[in-house]
Amino acid sequence: MYSRNERSITQNIDWLSVLIYATCVSMGLFNVYASVYDPEEQTKLFDLSNSAGRQFMFIGTSVLIIIAILVIDHKFWEVFAPFIYGACIVLLLVVLVVATDIKGSKSWIKFGSFSLQPAEFAKTGTALMLSQFITQPHINLSRWKDIASTTAIILLPMVLIVASKEVGCALVFVSFLIVLYREGLPGIYPSIVLVSVVLFILSLFFSPLYISIGLALFGLLVYYFIIPRYDRNKKTAINLVVIFGLMMFFTTSVEFLVNNVLQTHHRNRIKVLVDPKLDPTGIGWNVTQSKIAIGSGRLWGKGFLDGTQTKFNFVPEQHSDFIFCTIGEEHGFVGSAAVVLLLLGLMSRVVFLAERQRTRFARAYGYCVAGILFFHFLVNIGMTIGLMVVIGIPLPFFSYGGSSTWSFTILLFIFLKLDAQRPYTLSRT
Amino acid sequence: MSENRKFYVYGLFVMVGVIFLIRLLYLQVLDNTYETASNSIRTIPDVPMRGQIYDRNGKLIVYNTLVYDLYVTPNKLRVSDTLALCNLLHITRPKFDSLMQAARAFSYRKPSLFLRQLSKQEFARIQDALVDYSGFDYQKSSIRTYSAPTLAHALGYVSEISKKQLENQEYPYYRQGDLVGQSGLEKFYEEHLRGRRGVRYVMQDVNGVDKGSWKNGEMDTVAMAGQNLYTSIDLDLQQYIDSLMQHKAGAVVAIEPSSGEVIAITSAPSYDPALFATREFSKNYSVLQKNPYRPLYNRAVMGSYRPGSTFKTVQALVAMQEGVISPGSVFSHAGAPMKCHGHGGLSGVHSAIQWSCNPYFYHVFRRMIYANTEKNAFKASSIGLKKWHEYTEKFGFGQKLGVDLPSEAKGVLPSVEYYDKRIGKNQWRFGQIYSLSIGEGELLITPLKLANLAATIANRGWFKIPHLVKGVGKNNNPLPEYNEKHETGVARYYFEPVINGMEMAVVRGTVARGAAIPGIQMCGKTGTSQNKKGKDHSIFIAFAPKDNPKIAIAVFVENAGFGGFAAAPVASLVIERYLKGHVDRKAYEAEWMNKNFLQNVILPRSQQPKPKNGAPASKKPDEILVNQANRKPSPVPAP
Repeated sequence: MYSRNERSITQNIDWLSVLIYATCVSMGLFNVYASVYDPEEQTKLFDLSNSAGRQFMFIGTSVLIIIAILVIDHKFWEVFAPFIYGACIVLLLVVLVVATDIKGSKSWIKFGSFSLQPAEFAKTGTALMLSQFITQPHINLSRWKDIASTTAIILLPMVLIVASKEVGCALVFVSFLIVLYREGLPGIYPSIVLVSVVLFILSLFFSPLYISIGLALFGLLVYYFIIPRYDRNKKTAINLVVIFGLMMFFTTSVEFLVNNVLQTHHRNRIKVLVDPKLDPTGIGWNVTQSKIAIGSGRLWGKGFLDGTQTKFNFVPEQHSDFIFCTIGEEHGFVGSAAVVLLLLGLMSRVVFLAERQRTRFARAYGYCVAGILFFHFLVNIGMTIGLMVVIGIPLPFFSYGGSSTWSFTILLFIFLKLDAQRPYTLSRT
Repeated sequence: MSENRKFYVYGLFVMVGVIFLIRLLYLQVLDNTYETASNSIRTIPDVPMRGQIYDRNGKLIVYNTLVYDLYVTPNKLRVSDTLALCNLLHITRPKFDSLMQAARAFSYRKPSLFLRQLSKQEFARIQDALVDYSGFDYQKSSIRTYSAPTLAHALGYVSEISKKQLENQEYPYYRQGDLVGQSGLEKFYEEHLRGRRGVRYVMQDVNGVDKGSWKNGEMDTVAMAGQNLYTSIDLDLQQYIDSLMQHKAGAVVAIEPSSGEVIAITSAPSYDPALFATREFSKNYSVLQKNPYRPLYNRAVMGSYRPGSTFKTVQALVAMQEGVISPGSVFSHAGAPMKCHGHGGLSGVHSAIQWSCNPYFYHVFRRMIYANTEKNAFKASSIGLKKWHEYTEKFGFGQKLGVDLPSEAKGVLPSVEYYDKRIGKNQWRFGQIYSLSIGEGELLITPLKLANLAATIANRGWFKIPHLVKGVGKNNNPLPEYNEKHETGVARYYFEPVINGMEMAVVRGTVARGAAIPGIQMCGKTGTSQNKKGKDHSIFIAFAPKDNPKIAIAVFVENAGFGGFAAAPVASLVIERYLKGHVDRKAYEAEWMNKNFLQNVILPRSQQPKPKNGAPASKKPDEILVNQANRKPSPVPAP
């Protein structure tokens, strides 16, 4: 028997997650290499002057980070969550003052030749803080007061990130709805968000009149076929009318929202999603080129380093946000489906592990991790295949980038460390 | 209750995953719309024509000529007889080898630019023969063509995008080999002129013969043609000014006061803009760059000169508005450190302007600076200069006016901070800065700003930012900032004594005799810009007619001496030509066209022309510069 102090740092770690992580990261590296590869320049994989070499270095340093996380005591993350969160907020404030402008966004701090994006790390900080806060015994997520303070924790970093013009990164915080839902937030809130999203998308494709008619019919259907006869009274009817009335109002206001509230480039991205052929000024350029690249991969792909669409720089940002194009083009349906399944597997595995935790903190944190991964998965792959609005956020573990590689590694391995401690933790719930 | 919620979460994950898989299956396997991968489909970037540039009368200034760029793909190249190919392309064998080497260094599989800008005739000659050599490919392209050899500085030029520009672009639009506006209007209005590139997908058979557009062009991105620019330049007047400015260094800027539109803008010596629109771009560029008279330097907006006595108009206006002098104020010459040009008695501001009396303005500026209750002369000077700076700043001095040309110089309008930094806080007083009173000292102003001063006086107190483009594309309006009126804060009635003085200066004052235009009331003010090396620069600002002015002008002639001597006749001829459409004073015209002041320009010793091998230094420095007679205007294509 080992005593507590002598346990190996890898004992009890969930090797399946580690394996998926390692697979994703190495696939990512090879695809970053492929996307910057130039057949005539003999691009070297381990050369810091190109993105692939740098990504290799980011992965190497990630291993050091993993070791550090496994060595640090698991209680650290729960106890110090407020301080980590506070540090992230301070960094976000600092970035607003001293930021270096990169492609119109002011969210980078420069250290010599490397730039860091604190917004990426703020996700982990907020996840820790949120998990610690909502799992306190006196917090009840069906109470207004507690919902308000929880929302404040999420909104503070979001607002700061929006101020640094990284709207995409700020949207990721919406994914915390998943953990809140799991930890007892009444189902009505996520439902409202879901229904709004569905109605929003519907109203982009159909005129408000048709949707209203559809909604009215649907309401009648609900009233006569779903609601039991003994409940069919005036009160229920009025409630239904109010609910469906609100939905119709929302639908009609979408057009106003799209045309008057959103900025032009946001509006264009939505319009392109609705109508990919709407292309006179080339606002659909990215999406079209990205779909062509992926679509040209066919079943088996063109082979490693043999992509043509991505080689000719038709797809912008192809080694970071549009890395999925390279995968789709060079490895075909087989490759891209494998990536989808790998990420899906990792997310489900994290949820599975979260459910078997003995502390509520660890469970909530697990859900945060799964939620963040899911949001990136949904938006990033969705935009490259034309199902989502183009929002510039990376594909976890695949995209090029120091900040994102490190922050996803930290995010995941804190959870794996918490999970590894499970056998030695007494249940509190 | 919350226990079961994990199933909803799983459900959400799986649902999205399945949707993605179905979509991928559709995109990659079932739908063949996106199958551009096969060799039979070729991607052709569709580069739109750059916008054309017109003058104020609708004459074409810049348009495009179709040319062909020849590309080579090294790994497809099959050449049986290299020498024959070289002969066909009119290149030497070493040239061919070096081009091929460059192409191979870039890529074996991607096409590289081989020969640039073959004319229609050249291309027609080789097109058929090229069928025998695989690996060659062409793309239509266009070069800028100029209907007259003028306006080089204002128009700017277009050249291949540099590596640095390629890396620094904010939104990734340009690619290697793209042409981009590098200076002048071409740079300022680049985004309007360039249009937007499109992409076409074309089907080809094994031999590379086009088989029509793929999917009926459904996947193509339509290129958008660039927008035309409608300038306010009067091409005739511009060329007339060019001919007046030959053998001279300097600048002329003419503005329509009521609108701020620039009618003509010349920097001399100049060059033919067509020199930069050929294959020989870099060669021509380096020749011009080495020229000691700096023909590439746009003196009109970048050249900073001391305004000399032309600045006395501003001094008078500011002092009257501040109330330290009245239109009838008279000063004695005593006490002033400058000499006067010698003239009769003065009877107020108008006669001081007429005779450009230095001591008068010394006293005006002194009053302006010391018009406060502060006893300490150092502190009082600070307060006075601050006040003065607030007024003069409103005329646009010491800052970029915002003309639609890049690289406009700010000039220098000395402020309190400027002297505090140079001399030390509270360590300077009027005695050190009085040269400003007559426009000398630290003051630096560009010809454009001085022309704007003339326009401001013509307008009696306001100006619109000078601009060359009065209409972009179909929207026949200038950019919105050029419609705004800028007030100087000097009351309208203070302008009358100054304008009367300027009128009298032309009739019987400092201006050279003969500069007055018969039948036109021209108001002008001379200036002599002191110069450390060589003769003074001659400056003249003017506007005409006196009432309801149609043109305001600033003329700079470097090293030509006293202001009324050289610059005033040029301005006078330009105004006559613009207002009458022709010039009656033919002898006068010929005299000034042939005057040579370029020889006065003192060059840095290293660049002085020295005779080589005993041969006389006959190579005139302005040999490749614009000469009106050199080149006939090329025929303009029917619109």
